[in-house]
Amino acid sequence: MNSVFTKTLCGAAFAALMMSASAYAEPAKPECIAGAKPGGGFDLTCRLAANALLEATQISKPMAVTYMEGGVGAVAYNHVIAKRGSDPNVITAASSGSALLLAQGKFGQYDETAVRWLGALGADYGVLVVSADSPYKTLGELVEAYKASPEDFAIGGGGAVGSQDWMKGSLLAKAAGQDPKKMRYAALEGGGAVLTALEGGHVKVGSGDAAEMVKHHVAGKVRILAVMAAERLPGELADVPTAKEQGFDIEWPIWRGYYVGKDVSDADYEWWVNAFETASKTPEFSKEREARGLFEFTLLGKDFEDRVKADVERFKILAKEAGM
Amino acid sequence: MNLEYLWQGFAVALTWQNLLIGFVGCFIGTMVGALPAIGPINGIALLLPIAYTMGLPAESTMILLAAIYCGAEYGGRISSILLNVPGDAGAVMTALDGYPMARQGRAGEALALSGLASFVGGILGSIGLALFAPLLSGLAIGFGPAEYFVLMLFAFATLGSMVGGQPAKTLIGCVLGLMLATVGLDATSGAYRFTFNEPELGDGIEFVVLVIGLFSISEALIILEHQGRGMTVIRELGRMTAQMSDVVKSIGTTLRSSVLGFVVGVLPGTGASVSSAIAYTTAKRISDTEGTFGKGDVRGLAAPEAANNATACGAFVPMLTLGVPGSGTTAVMLGALMLYNIQPGPMLLVERPEIVGGLVASLFVGNIILLALNLPLVQIFARVLTVPNWLLVPGILVLSIVGVYSAHSSVFSIYLMMSIGLVGWLLRKAGFDMAPIILGFVLGRVMEVNLRNALAISGGELSILFSSTICNVLWCMALLVAILPLYLSRRAKRRIAAKNLAIAE
Repeated sequence: MNSVFTKTLCGAAFAALMMSASAYAEPAKPECIAGAKPGGGFDLTCRLAANALLEATQISKPMAVTYMEGGVGAVAYNHVIAKRGSDPNVITAASSGSALLLAQGKFGQYDETAVRWLGALGADYGVLVVSADSPYKTLGELVEAYKASPEDFAIGGGGAVGSQDWMKGSLLAKAAGQDPKKMRYAALEGGGAVLTALEGGHVKVGSGDAAEMVKHHVAGKVRILAVMAAERLPGELADVPTAKEQGFDIEWPIWRGYYVGKDVSDADYEWWVNAFETASKTPEFSKEREARGLFEFTLLGKDFEDRVKADVERFKILAKEAGM
Repeated sequence: MNLEYLWQGFAVALTWQNLLIGFVGCFIGTMVGALPAIGPINGIALLLPIAYTMGLPAESTMILLAAIYCGAEYGGRISSILLNVPGDAGAVMTALDGYPMARQGRAGEALALSGLASFVGGILGSIGLALFAPLLSGLAIGFGPAEYFVLMLFAFATLGSMVGGQPAKTLIGCVLGLMLATVGLDATSGAYRFTFNEPELGDGIEFVVLVIGLFSISEALIILEHQGRGMTVIRELGRMTAQMSDVVKSIGTTLRSSVLGFVVGVLPGTGASVSSAIAYTTAKRISDTEGTFGKGDVRGLAAPEAANNATACGAFVPMLTLGVPGSGTTAVMLGALMLYNIQPGPMLLVERPEIVGGLVASLFVGNIILLALNLPLVQIFARVLTVPNWLLVPGILVLSIVGVYSAHSSVFSIYLMMSIGLVGWLLRKAGFDMAPIILGFVLGRVMEVNLRNALAISGGELSILFSSTICNVLWCMALLVAILPLYLSRRAKRRIAAKNLAIAE
């Protein structure tokens, strides 16, 4: 306890020094809240910010990562609103999944306007996969077959009904002109279980994320039929066409970003946006981002705030169409 | 047979870090085994959150928990022999001949001989496990949602034979566990169930919170309640090595009991208490020609000790190959795997051979460590028996609270754990066993999710549950284990009735 107290004091003194020295107020105790267990997507998001900001010398001491699991980020969201609303030290990891949950009212009584959205530093993209011995080589073939007999195509994803993986499946159903409500969807425990279920023939189509599926694609265990990105992804996925190229208007970026409390001052908000901006332009940042399997997707400040609001609106419509 | 996983496992178990973890686990295990109040499940419940928070990888945590489990089977004999109070359920029979030996001034000999018997049982059990573990992995890929659901049904069917004494209370405990498992985010529909708008309950009742509450907190309350019950420890240990003639005399019994113990352990739902009782009565029937059993016969001492250690290893077979817990302790270990987001089941050996192999290999290493700990150093553990309750109870409470808070950093979890502990204490006073609750909790989630996924795939057709060979074999096995005990007990009753009739005539 004592040492924490001393550290806090030292930090505060240091911050006071820095404040007089620089135009921007560097947070005295930078902290990133990950609304899940260590090792998950939020943890990865927090570590990306922590490493990028430190390497770009935007913060002078390491940013602490705090874990606050519960309700896929719901506990953290409510905590920030209730207890850290004006704390400029804290940023919290979020993803497009958070926007989806907000659209479905699963973050409790609060909506997307209860926090200030800072920015996104990277993104993954949805993919549709089939097992390596599947007869379908393109998304078009799969959609045609699905159209003919949707009941033969159980879709497996790593999330519940209404989750991002389910949404990706429902986009396939919609592309085939079928009712997403009648989709046969198995909610499996993450990408590994999807892979096993595909190999065992228990499901015919898998819905997942590019970063996770790419290694199985390269290893020849599954075939990625389409990436749900606006343009082809770099690296090992360069030869996989986008859904758009194949004539289907399906996009599903999974951005990873951050928010701060509603009552954080404009000056502090601007400090974070600038720090992200500066950090995201360094070559070290690209390396950090790629190491985490994320593709380029930098969207900061007002632009990001608009994006989140637009996403929530879009997800509300999608959820309604899918009968959620 | 493919034993490649085992060599990979030895590479894992023999890293200095895992050796140290194994040693610590063996030491703590022997200690919690020796303490009459707390058994392996309490030791595991208390250490699990600490291991998890320390960021140990999954295989190291499994090695730690397995070492505690086996250590407790060794340690249980110490208080049986010196106190006439079994240190854990598997050591009940050990007191029958162990305590008389101690009263004859041969306590040290009894400890040494039973230590050797434990070692033989443990090593033979480990060999059995190593050979059994890969048998089912070839089928693994065939397990889809439907197969998993029927597998879980089979696991529940075996519960009937597990706590045979009070089937109604076992069933109630089980259903209680199933109900607790429904709290939180529904994995299929994404809806919140029974959370009362409390975000902290969004992920359901945390496994660590439930286990520590049910086992550690309620145990502490029970100890407090039984304050002041006088016990006398035998302090004169005598010579600390076994006599060669005794070793020779008991070797046959030891080997037979090891095999028996392992087989009983493999059957899901039967634990060390059952196997040691069977081993003791079998040894008595075969060897007790002079009526020396119960008066300090070395064979009566060796039989239950060899059996309970072999059973501990055998219980890992259903756990590692099928993801079905054979006992309360293995249920907690399965829960621990799930904490690491590792789904136990037939795929475990295929996907994570380092975990299965590491665990099996660590049992070999652990038994050697335990032999070393339990022969020369047994006096240290004998001292543990004198730990007063005013030290023990606060110790358990502090460890529980620190453990839960460090794993979830939420004060809500502590309150929840305390409430669960209180309820657990009341249930125990009413004669309920805690193990079925944990089994219901662990299996319930898997069962529900897989049933719903199976039905989602089939579009609501129940026929998917009978559509594969694996499913149908499992259905038959489930029916068999559910009906067999009923049939056997009815036959036994009829036989007794016939005998009575014969006597009457």
